Amino acid sequence: MSAHDSAANDHAVSGDHHEGDGYDFAHPMPLPMLFTVFAILIALTITTVMQASFDFGSYDVAIVMAIATVKAILVGLFFMHLLYDKPFNLAIFLSSFVFVGLFVILTVSDSRLTSKDFIPVDDAVITSTAE
Amino acid sequence: MSTNDADTATDPHGDHGHDHEHPAFLAHHFDTPEQQYDSGKLGMWVFLVTEVLFFSGMFCAYAIFRMLRPEVFEGCSQFLNTTLGAINTGVLLFSSLTMAWAVRCAQTEEYKKLTTLIATTLSCAMIFLGVKAIEYSHKWEMGLLPAGMFSYDPAHPHHADAPNYLLWICLPFALIFLGTLIWLISSIVKGNKFQTACLKPLTIVAFSFFIGIGLGTILESGNKGESHSTASDSTEHIESADHSSEIASVGHSPESSQGGHTEYGVMERLAVDATNSGLKNELKALDAQSELATGTVVLDHSTDVDATIKRAPRDFLTPSRAGVFFSIYYCMTGIHAIHILAGIGVLVWLLVRSVRQDFNRQYFGPVDYVGLYWHLVDLIWIYLFPLLYLIR
Repeated sequence: MSAHDSAANDHAVSGDHHEGDGYDFAHPMPLPMLFTVFAILIALTITTVMQASFDFGSYDVAIVMAIATVKAILVGLFFMHLLYDKPFNLAIFLSSFVFVGLFVILTVSDSRLTSKDFIPVDDAVITSTAE
Repeated sequence: MSTNDADTATDPHGDHGHDHEHPAFLAHHFDTPEQQYDSGKLGMWVFLVTEVLFFSGMFCAYAIFRMLRPEVFEGCSQFLNTTLGAINTGVLLFSSLTMAWAVRCAQTEEYKKLTTLIATTLSCAMIFLGVKAIEYSHKWEMGLLPAGMFSYDPAHPHHADAPNYLLWICLPFALIFLGTLIWLISSIVKGNKFQTACLKPLTIVAFSFFIGIGLGTILESGNKGESHSTASDSTEHIESADHSSEIASVGHSPESSQGGHTEYGVMERLAVDATNSGLKNELKALDAQSELATGTVVLDHSTDVDATIKRAPRDFLTPSRAGVFFSIYYCMTGIHAIHILAGIGVLVWLLVRSVRQDFNRQYFGPVDYVGLYWHLVDLIWIYLFPLLYLIR
């Protein structure tokens, strides 16, 4: 038991490269930074609601998603502390979006190729007979 | 060493003999608080990855159906109240701020502030759910339900015989509020200081649900005229199409007698049936032609009259199509709401621990991990709000 303990201890000490003794590691986020991020997020929310009343045609979805992504990055970097976190955590989190991208792109393009419309129609009124 | 082994063998979870000193919050299989914190954080990030992948399934369904039927999404999105969605976004962003601030307070050991901030985060979560309850109950009353149950009728949007959904949603929250209130009073009477300190903020939190209900009711009634007119504008022709098809199937068509300005009698009667969309457009083209011929308009700019079937207006409010939109809507926002409920659960646990002053600058992991989870829930809403509410 104690032999195992000391082995783990040695390993941890040798693998412990970052700041000091492992007891003083808290990194409180400065309050002005949090408030600024919150203000920007609210401003972006107002922007995204406002832009919905203008017609940008097919760019609509792109604009909306771009604003949402900026907001998501702000939340991630500052509220979720990723800016000061270990890069490994960031890599893990970002890797999930790589797989989401693969999943969504492959599935959507597949459904685009194979099926025009697979919503079961059980209505009395059928309006779109041909595409 | 041998005694140690014996100890752990007989009582693995008990008060085992330590050959090293460590603080109470540090689990004995970790060397330093930092190692403990980093391990927990890594685990939390992996959990968040699974959450992202879990939600991506629903986003994928959304992408496929929006690609197939963009007009269904555009049309049905008019039924969602943008004001309520925007207010809820603001409430969630604010709760994210208070959560990030709470993590800071746990690190700097400001316990009063920590309790207050966790309670504020919880209250915002309750307000979010309250506003959501107003949104849901309003839609259920109108029959805007998932595919299979969708029963919206533009002529009679409010079902008279519908149960009072709002009351049923409020009931459990009212019981929780009363329960906490009674528990608070009894703890004050008994003089249990710890319970009182926990239950005071929790009673306010439970009451916040009704603040959300009030907020939602005010905004919903203030916005009613506008949102309904846009919705009914776009559904007007479908309404008539729905009705006439019903009537046409009976074999008696009052619409041909009511539209007396035309000479294409038989054709118009046929076009009344919504399935004859091509005929409908031909009729439109003929109308435009005769208008040009009589000279009422010199130049017709409406080039969209081309009598092709492609141009036929496609109805989005049929039960199966609109039902699919509302299936996706309820699934995504509903599972998000379940995540909010789970967040409320863990935040209550944090609140009790923060009153107990469990956290310090070496042990703030739980606050940080719950914070990460809470920010992810916020992050998902950041995408849900524009994708569902802001389609035009």
